[in-house]
Amino acid sequence: MSQAVRSFWTGVRAEIPLLIGVAPFGMIYGVLALGAGLGPVPAQMMSSIIFAGSAQFIATQLVRDAVPALIVVLTIAVVNLRHLLYSASIAPYVRSLPLRWKILLAYLLTDEAYATAILHYEQGEPHANSHWFFLGAGLALWTIWQASTAVGILLGATLPASWPLDFALPLTFIAIVIPTLKDRPAIASACLASMVALLAFALPYKLGLMAAGLLGILAGTALEGQNSSKGAS
Amino acid sequence: MNIWLILLLGGALTFGMRFSFIYLLGRLEVSETLRRALRFVPPAILSAIVAPELFVQQGKLFLSPFNFRLLAGGVAVLVAWKTRNTLLTIVCGMAALLLLEFFF
Repeated sequence: MSQAVRSFWTGVRAEIPLLIGVAPFGMIYGVLALGAGLGPVPAQMMSSIIFAGSAQFIATQLVRDAVPALIVVLTIAVVNLRHLLYSASIAPYVRSLPLRWKILLAYLLTDEAYATAILHYEQGEPHANSHWFFLGAGLALWTIWQASTAVGILLGATLPASWPLDFALPLTFIAIVIPTLKDRPAIASACLASMVALLAFALPYKLGLMAAGLLGILAGTALEGQNSSKGAS
Repeated sequence: MNIWLILLLGGALTFGMRFSFIYLLGRLEVSETLRRALRFVPPAILSAIVAPELFVQQGKLFLSPFNFRLLAGGVAVLVAWKTRNTLLTIVCGMAALLLLEFFF
């Protein structure tokens, strides 16, 4: 076995624990996307074109609420902004690769692939074939995400329409958001965003969501800045 | 069609962000403020999506013990907080809603 192939499979194996968490998400996404009226083909294509879990869930909800396309795109962009950070953090390790590798690895740079790859680069023993490790981790996640979406779409077609499945969306968001509330600025950010969203929910085009999100982000950042400057003095 | 516009533009922007620094290394830097602000994207945006789902029904604020979605959402928050388990959170929240709707 060549070193490249070995490195690829090491990457796949390193990704497996994360796949166990991702597979149910993919299925839930498939069920919900179908329930939101996306149609099986666009629902599956979203998993391969956008390929970003939380953005897909949010886009699904906004499509269900018949929000205009540009607002949906804008929201996807804001939710995926964190990928800028992943890109910046992984860039030094892939700088000498040919362009086609950079494109391929950038496409596969999800939260879960990033987590595995950066661990390998920073704490493992990176070598000349490390990009194969990254590719293995990224492709493993990609495959499971596509497959679990497909299973969800098939499953969704068989579930009774009377089930309040739409409620699984906010429940999914609750499950994602609660672990992020680790300190006071984060909690304040979430509370302010909730309140603004409630006060402004009647605004058209989900502008209330945008306003609430931006104010929440500003509040969290400002509070954290205050805390850290206090800590420094 | 609208949905394809969302897929193509949303996909292009997402890929663009993933590719940005990998492609432009050395010519672009993340400012410290942006780096700090990004941490608050998930709590702020997701909370802003969840709150109206729980509190608003038929276009109105609905604060009452008979707002079953609010109660079930509360159950989900507790489960998420105690277990940090995504699937368990969804299952418990959904079960709470189904039970409440079944018995009342």
